[in-house]
Amino acid sequence: MSTQPTVPTGAEPTHFAFDAESEQQIAVILAKYPPERKASGVLPLLYVVQKQMGRQTGSAWIPRIAMDVVAERLEMAPIRVYEVATFYLMFNTKPIGRYHLQVCTTTSCWLRGSDDVTAACKKATGIRAFGETSTDGLFTLTEVECLGACANAPILQVDDDYYEDLDGPRTLELIEALKRGERPTPGPTIDRLNSAPAGGRRVLVDEAAIKPQGQG
Amino acid sequence: MVKVTVDGIVVDVAPGSSALQACEAAGKEIPRFCYHERLSVAGNCRMCLVEVSGGRKPVASCGFPISNGMQIFTDTEVVRRARRAVMEFLLINHPLDCPICDQGGECDLQDQAFGYGADHSRYRENKRAVTDKYLGPLVKTVMTRCIQCTRCIRFSTEVAGVPELGGVSRGENLEITNYVEKALTSELSGNLIDICPVGALTSQPYAFSARPWELKRTDSIDVCDAVGTNIVMQARGASVLRIVPRINDEVNEEWLADKGRFVVDGFRRRRLDRPWVRVDGKLQPASWADAFSLIATRLKGVPGARIGAIAGDMCDAESLMALKDLMGMLGSPNIDCRQDGARYDTSRRDFYTFNTGIAGIDEADALLIVGSIPRQEAPVLNARIRRRFVDAGRGKFPIAMIGAPNADPTYTAEVLGEGPDTLGKLAAGELPFAEVLANAKNPMIIVGHGALTRPDGQAIAKACWDLAVQVNAIRPDWHGFNVLHTAASRMAGLDLGLVPGPQGRDVAGMLGGGVDVLWLMGADEFAVHDIGPDTFVIYQGHHGDAGAARADVILPGVLYAEKPGTYTNTEGRVQRAFRAVMPPGEAREDWRILRAFSEVAGRKLPYDTIEALRARIAQAHPAYGQVAHTRLGATDTTPPQAGSMAVAATPFHPVIADYYLTHAVCRASPTMETCSGIYVRPATEAAE
Repeated sequence: MSTQPTVPTGAEPTHFAFDAESEQQIAVILAKYPPERKASGVLPLLYVVQKQMGRQTGSAWIPRIAMDVVAERLEMAPIRVYEVATFYLMFNTKPIGRYHLQVCTTTSCWLRGSDDVTAACKKATGIRAFGETSTDGLFTLTEVECLGACANAPILQVDDDYYEDLDGPRTLELIEALKRGERPTPGPTIDRLNSAPAGGRRVLVDEAAIKPQGQG
Repeated sequence: MVKVTVDGIVVDVAPGSSALQACEAAGKEIPRFCYHERLSVAGNCRMCLVEVSGGRKPVASCGFPISNGMQIFTDTEVVRRARRAVMEFLLINHPLDCPICDQGGECDLQDQAFGYGADHSRYRENKRAVTDKYLGPLVKTVMTRCIQCTRCIRFSTEVAGVPELGGVSRGENLEITNYVEKALTSELSGNLIDICPVGALTSQPYAFSARPWELKRTDSIDVCDAVGTNIVMQARGASVLRIVPRINDEVNEEWLADKGRFVVDGFRRRRLDRPWVRVDGKLQPASWADAFSLIATRLKGVPGARIGAIAGDMCDAESLMALKDLMGMLGSPNIDCRQDGARYDTSRRDFYTFNTGIAGIDEADALLIVGSIPRQEAPVLNARIRRRFVDAGRGKFPIAMIGAPNADPTYTAEVLGEGPDTLGKLAAGELPFAEVLANAKNPMIIVGHGALTRPDGQAIAKACWDLAVQVNAIRPDWHGFNVLHTAASRMAGLDLGLVPGPQGRDVAGMLGGGVDVLWLMGADEFAVHDIGPDTFVIYQGHHGDAGAARADVILPGVLYAEKPGTYTNTEGRVQRAFRAVMPPGEAREDWRILRAFSEVAGRKLPYDTIEALRARIAQAHPAYGQVAHTRLGATDTTPPQAGSMAVAATPFHPVIADYYLTHAVCRASPTMETCSGIYVRPATEAAE
């Protein structure tokens, strides 16, 4: 079992350059670090690369040539960038689908039905196992560890957006919407504001109690 | 000093030491994999666990700082159990392939598993397997054996200065790799084999050759460059199978350059193992007696001024002395050890020595390199410069180079200019680096053979000396003028006076019919084809290379592995090598050949034993009286002679075109040939 990224032949681009939008972001990022410590910007810069690849090719991943460009920009050894990029699972070192479906299967989500979410993802996309990309190239399904939104379990992260409080049918619906090219509003998929109780407020309902402090 | 108690033994250790160092000071052996004296502390193998008073858990001693009155326990039940547990974890994914592993018998994991391993494995699941990586033709990888100590990563980043290795992915998937399938671009890559505690990185050319307990070890000196790296020749039967470095903190620490290590498979190829004489234009096998009498006959009636001798770059001091004495007996002033045509003022030893010393680099605080690429000319010395550069910290050891090298020097060096005219600008204070040198306490100037082999070499040397005097680098307690040699025999050759005598001819003068009889002792690195067609050439040496091809008589000499010898490195350190193996066929030690011939020629050299010859050498130069070295300052700041040529403005050229093919032995080595094909040729072709 080797995890040396096996990028499909022909997928590795031969050229990478930051576009104007990325350059703008980079200028903001690098302003945060002293010039001799700019290697600290490697994580945000890799995100910039991944975003740009997503914009340009529809597949948000980081090709090796782009890591070399980052290394050159930050004046660090390329291997140091490879180490960082392969360490963090948020960076895709292989091409992925248009939408990156990241199912949380850690305890809270699992107890709340992440198995149904996974099954729905597989059913809707035709993917058989985690790590695969659907044949239409639209979806890549990944299993991730706790996304830190346990109060809204189970969660499916699509690219950068959290879709919360899912179940099987709502997951199917969400994926169908993505297939149509829509982007449903992220957040809870049930009647709930963020992590507030479902169906509206349950506590502190009496008017006096919500008076701003210092007035009572 | 801090007082620490280790298992009841009270030791004084320097502040800032680690618990592991304290334990070693107390004579306790601490098992370790990731810790290495010359690398940064990683603390990731957890094998060096000890107990510390007041601590609730065992601590990794390699990274644990000591404090006054600390009590360390290295042999308690807790420690033993902790180490056993660590060993069990390490062995979970380590394959049980010791019988087919080249590290077997010298493997840290194997040895320590004897002390801390269990008699069986409790692990029932599948072991992990890792694909092997390509690191070039020298280092073989079996990455499944890797225990991820990261020594190789730290070595390549810190010592070799080529940050090409890293650990990608994480957790169980962590792999040591260069990520891109590309050969490591270091002249020190062989050291990865030594520092790897397991069989993950082993020697490719030596693969499956021998077991360590079969090998006879002989201390020797590397002659592939002028650093004088201390080595051990490991031989089985008549063949040296591998060369590994020997620790000498004054010279090479514990590193060895790739050429010195992997040249070994050239030792028994293309060897001259019997005398040959040219009959009707073709070389025919001959006996020693025939060869000698032929030379003696040819020499009859030839005046001394028409006889010449050129000594090669790998000769030992004994052979050089014997050659010099033989030429003296024959009345010839034509003798030269400078095949590359370098120019020195040999009137004083410090005019042609690396005076600061290799260990002295650690004390320097500014460095100017003139016409030299130390990375290729002396990789181990370059690693020392790099270490000083890294230890000093950002901007504390400024380095500048004159002559633009193609190769990355592995440290930040400001390129001041391309030619020696830059020296004038420095002396005049026109460049900012002049101030850096002037303000430095211990400035160093290294003059390389890219400068000294030019017609204006001596003038450049004088300019460098003058600059050194100007920045107060030449004083009784510090000598900052350094000549970096590339030939192992050069220092001894200059010390023993293998330079043309009065009205003598140098190498160039002996070519083109300048002499009638030319004696080449291991000399192949000059324009052999320019030897006059009527010149009678005697080649005494070990490999059939350029010199032997032109020879009229070939006398088979021996390699540095096959003779006891004295070698002087670029800093003037006199070192002894011993005989590792017997020479092949009828080959004989070079000084014995010269001594035997002198008798045939009727001019017997006055020594019959190597001791007598060494006494003669000690008489010729006092530094050879004992095997020792002291660094000297200088009280006399008189500059060396400038020679007849003024400093020209032409840019410096590198002296080494192909690091892997600089002498006859490496040209006979298939490994060096492969390296040249991988590292050097693509680069030169790309440049064209």
